[in-house]
Amino acid sequence: MSKTVPDETPLPIRGFAAAALVAAAAAAAVWLAQASLSDYVVTLLAVLFLNAALAVSLNFTNGFTGLFSLGHPAFMTIGAYVAAILTFPERRKGTMLPGLPEFLATTELSLLPAILIAGAVAAVVALIVGFPVLRLRGHYLAVATLGLIVIIQSLATNWDTITRGGSGLSGIPRLTGIWWAFGFMLVVIAAAWRIKFSSLGRAMMATRENELAAECVGIDTVRVRMLAFVLGAFFAAVAGALLVHLISVVTPRTYSVLLAFNLVVMVVIGGSGSIIGAVIAASAITVLSEALRPVEESVGLYGMSQVIVALALILVLYLRPQGLFGSGEPMIVRRLFGGDRFGQTP
Amino acid sequence: MTEAIIEAHGLSRIFGGLVAVDGYGLRLAGGELVGLIGPNGAGKTTAFNLLTGVLKPSAGRILIRGQDLTGARPHVLARAGVARTFQNIRLFSDLSALENVMCGGHMRHGSSLIKTLAQLPAFWRSEKLIARRAAEIIDRTGLSALAYRRAGDLSYGDQRRVEIARALATEPAALLLDEPAAGLNPSETQKLVELIRRINEDMGVSVLVVEHDMRLVMGLCRRVQVLNRGKLVAEGTPAEVQADPAVIEAYLGTRRKALANA
Repeated sequence: MSKTVPDETPLPIRGFAAAALVAAAAAAAVWLAQASLSDYVVTLLAVLFLNAALAVSLNFTNGFTGLFSLGHPAFMTIGAYVAAILTFPERRKGTMLPGLPEFLATTELSLLPAILIAGAVAAVVALIVGFPVLRLRGHYLAVATLGLIVIIQSLATNWDTITRGGSGLSGIPRLTGIWWAFGFMLVVIAAAWRIKFSSLGRAMMATRENELAAECVGIDTVRVRMLAFVLGAFFAAVAGALLVHLISVVTPRTYSVLLAFNLVVMVVIGGSGSIIGAVIAASAITVLSEALRPVEESVGLYGMSQVIVALALILVLYLRPQGLFGSGEPMIVRRLFGGDRFGQTP
Repeated sequence: MTEAIIEAHGLSRIFGGLVAVDGYGLRLAGGELVGLIGPNGAGKTTAFNLLTGVLKPSAGRILIRGQDLTGARPHVLARAGVARTFQNIRLFSDLSALENVMCGGHMRHGSSLIKTLAQLPAFWRSEKLIARRAAEIIDRTGLSALAYRRAGDLSYGDQRRVEIARALATEPAALLLDEPAAGLNPSETQKLVELIRRINEDMGVSVLVVEHDMRLVMGLCRRVQVLNRGKLVAEGTPAEVQADPAVIEAYLGTRRKALANA
């Protein structure tokens, strides 16, 4: 047997047990928070969890596979509208959306099937859009996905019968609570973690590091890129759907280019490809921009938080271009969850 | 005669008005070790890129174990059993040496998305298999001490060996090495020659080597092809090739030959 890998590869059970324990502890903290803190803080926490989930899901493309995509808000918009139309109370659809096709006008789904369908629709869109768009590299891909945001926005503005145009849908049932947001974040983190530390994840990173070499060791890079893009789109759509069921309104401008920028900043500051980094950066930026809001209002400098986020990005790019954790994960976390067997310095 | 792993007929590639490779042919049988030499700009690397699907041929056919794969993408040829290294090393720099080699195992043993996300037992079995096989190859290529080092931080010679190890992890029938000794010092070159011999003899992998280092090719290969200005000008044992006037012309030009004869 080889000298390089120990005969006793650590059992996956250990990683699962650690993950379950940490998740349980976090759940206890969430329970405590929602029992003791104000509604405002609880909602803020839910938004924070969703932002963390979004940043982690952007890592599939921008982190692991090295595709600089800005398309997240497009898929979130798709997910938001699809889910909102599906969960909207049947009796109010007649007044709000009189032009709705028969089968949509008579359905009223609960949240879980609605967000799953929303995710699936966005995944199909990503699949179709991916064929031309993923042929592009670097800035070209960024610009193309930026265009996708604009296309989806104008579609949402002009497809009146389904979307109610520019005024958007209001009074969406407030079905998302902190537990939905928390649970979804855990699902996204677990999925990202499992993929990152698997053969498929290595294939993604190989595609990022050197596409030609990846092809030549038998990795179908077109397929891998598509997979990352579709996965990211699915999770983005579900997050977009959950968020509008928290703020109970969606317009074509709910998820804009600015959000794409903020999400990219979270990924870059956390370290492209780092899951824990994305969670930390997303949490920090969410809390920071919320904490600065009263300051903005008192001083009368609206948009200051956005300026600070942009400055933070410039600082990080200047002082630590690889972000908080580079493309890796902090060692203690890797040890705990079993992602440490093949990486650098065990 | 053993089964041909790679058979190429009349391969040509035209870049604009330049005919980089013109009617190149190759029959690489199981267990063979063939050298491809030629002066700078002769089209060796282009021929290599054609054989591995990196470039599509303008004309000609490529058969891998009898299967016509002309114009197929590189990963299809890799799956069929053709592995390669690059003249300018192309590693997955941010991954460890071991992870680089494990990437080579993905094609044969990697789990699908569903199996990975569902964490089925089949996923863990395949992960273990990939790790074990990669570790074996790492040991065989003498990289054990460097397994967990970031590939981009390794020395040039070690990077070359990681690249060969990664190619071996794809379980190839034929390994194509593009100037493997470029930039190596004599002792590193010696180690490399031994490694190529072991790969060919012990692991039974057919090898095609493009090389500049004449001594290396002549000592290593039993059959040598010579390419000049995109055309095959000679093919045979090292001794035959060295005596071939067309080869001498290719390397030295005609005027010098005339001088030497005078």
